[in-house]
Amino acid sequence: MSQDLERKNSKIVTKLVLVVLVMFGFGYALVPLYDVLCDITGQNIKLQAAADSETEFTVDESREITVEFITAINEKTPMEFRAETRTMKVHPGKYYTVNFYAKNITNNPIKAQAIPSISPGLAEEFFKKIQCFCFETQTFQAKEEKKMPVRFAVNPKLPERYKIITLSYTFFDRTNITEN
Amino acid sequence: MTAVVAEHDDHHDHHDHGPEKGILRWIITTNHKDIGTMYLVFALIMFFVGGTMALIIRSELFEPGLQFVDPQFFNSMTTMHALVMVFGAVMPAFVGLANWMIPMMIGAPDMALPRMNNMSFWMLVAGVLLLAATLFMEGGAPAGGWTLYPPLVLQTGKALPFAIFSVHMLGISSIMGAINVIATIFNMRAPGMTLMKMPLFVWTWLITAFLLIAIMPVFAGAVTMLLTDRFFDTSFFNAAGGGDPVLYQHIFWFFGHPEVYVMILPTFGVASTIIPVFARKPLFGYASMVYATAAIAFLSFIVWAHHMFTVGLPIAGELYFMYATMLIAIPTGVKVFNWTATMWKGEMTFETPMLFSIAFVVLFTMGGFTGLMMSVAPADFQYHDTYFIVAHFHYTLVPASVFILMASGYYWLPKWTGNMYDERIGRLHFWLSAISVNILFFPQHFLGLAGMPRRIPDYAIQFADWNMVSSIGAFIYGFSQLLFVYIVIDTIRGGTGKATAEVWEDASKHGLEWTVPSPAPYHTFTTPPEIIPTEHV
Repeated sequence: MSQDLERKNSKIVTKLVLVVLVMFGFGYALVPLYDVLCDITGQNIKLQAAADSETEFTVDESREITVEFITAINEKTPMEFRAETRTMKVHPGKYYTVNFYAKNITNNPIKAQAIPSISPGLAEEFFKKIQCFCFETQTFQAKEEKKMPVRFAVNPKLPERYKIITLSYTFFDRTNITEN
Repeated sequence: MTAVVAEHDDHHDHHDHGPEKGILRWIITTNHKDIGTMYLVFALIMFFVGGTMALIIRSELFEPGLQFVDPQFFNSMTTMHALVMVFGAVMPAFVGLANWMIPMMIGAPDMALPRMNNMSFWMLVAGVLLLAATLFMEGGAPAGGWTLYPPLVLQTGKALPFAIFSVHMLGISSIMGAINVIATIFNMRAPGMTLMKMPLFVWTWLITAFLLIAIMPVFAGAVTMLLTDRFFDTSFFNAAGGGDPVLYQHIFWFFGHPEVYVMILPTFGVASTIIPVFARKPLFGYASMVYATAAIAFLSFIVWAHHMFTVGLPIAGELYFMYATMLIAIPTGVKVFNWTATMWKGEMTFETPMLFSIAFVVLFTMGGFTGLMMSVAPADFQYHDTYFIVAHFHYTLVPASVFILMASGYYWLPKWTGNMYDERIGRLHFWLSAISVNILFFPQHFLGLAGMPRRIPDYAIQFADWNMVSSIGAFIYGFSQLLFVYIVIDTIRGGTGKATAEVWEDASKHGLEWTVPSPAPYHTFTTPPEIIPTEHV
């Protein structure tokens, strides 16, 4: 192989290896990029960071919305978790409180995070929570049982076509996850 | 032509020698033809390994209920079948063709980076063996589908890190292969072989190689995130830590969609090489073929979310990905038009490579049309994760990529071995394959439209008849591929007689590989050939 060809080859290999490294980085860059895009499009609100303040709505007594509560634990979370009530009828604009019970079934303290999800997804922006155990990571002592309230209202601007809203919580064990 | 051939042969440099003796020849070889052969043989073996897994799947689905395997193993089979076929069979087969043919097509003595070439082959073997080893590990092989979606895939037993490292190795192997192809094409062309004179197989591989170096690192990143999520408590895809499993699907399909074109673009290249020879006409629309290939490659990067219409994308996203996906039909249509126009009023003969190529044009187009159906976002909600998608991508892979790989086997075997294959058995292989592949996959369209989900070992009773038909087709198709093995071995041992240098009538007008003797000498084009003015327009 001539010297010239060898130089040309190593030049092109250097460039292509750079492309490979950049693309490996690009894969990781998609992680923050995804959060930004979700933010812009208003999709997939993953964690409501903090409580909203209680805004006054005019209560719409003429309408009734059914709110359903679903509880789940992901398969590795050693807890019992249920809602005080499965469904309730609410008037848009009025604040309600519903209690959830959770229990650590192990003999060790655990930390757990509840992740909410609202269905249908497009109703999410009309569902206002001012108090929720999902706003922060919960710590449970060994065998500790907790009663945890959620205070919410449905915005009266909720379009007519929504009659049922389902609020689901899943508890994830994050005892071993380092906080960031 | 023979005169030219003789000239090349005599110009061997004095320090050139033949292959090493014995097994060492294959382990330490840096010869592009040896490495190409090893890739092709390895791919053929993996084709039968993956095919056996497919037959296990079809046996279980022959009738409703659970018959032969337990559901966990069934799911391992769907996952491993896909991984073996994609990374062990189709991709290595095309790398093998690239190794054998690209230097000969552009008048180069070898690949640009021969030692890396050897390394990328043996890395592939190691990667596939590691993947196969997961079948015997505690908790079984990965069973969450070849897409490795979390959180399901994170429940894999001991096999998970091994599967992920295997993907890393396969990725590095592909990247090295791709770098080698690009360096060879850019730096090693014979004087006068301008880019727009290159055979389309070389062009499509050049573009494929760029796809590979752009996407393989992204996939490596995605599986590394899975690894750290499982073992180092990161939360890329874990909701509890603020991550999101849907993010994985975006990253995966950013890799995954170009990846399917990695398997189809070289297919297009071989079809564009074979069809003109047997139609005895130059390829219609050479330049438009090059631009269409480039356009398809570009579009492949901006359509990924059409694999995930049902995850809850914003409406604007659904619309964008729907229209962008539909755009792909245009360059693809250009290609199908060009192949048809090449055959139009040609003096066609129907040797086995041409038969497989014509079947490719017809059946790939059908697979393309079902793809167009699924690009319609609202309609896709019905097709998603049913047998309809299974039928779609198998039509674009089996009677397309695999048929064209068979076609290239028949087309170049005489050049590789110096002997002619048995045309009668070749045609028998073709007709059995072409008929059974339709018995196998066509009914899956009906099953999917009726709602049968994919990757489930059991099904409702109303799906029984078509599943039985499909399974019968699968067994005919699978066993008729053994004819190909027979033909390859028979041809190596002498076949039906010596092949001429040109093999196919006037083939030397279509490519430099037909100007060297058959079998191709161990070293070809050690001095660059004179480039005959080509007749592409």
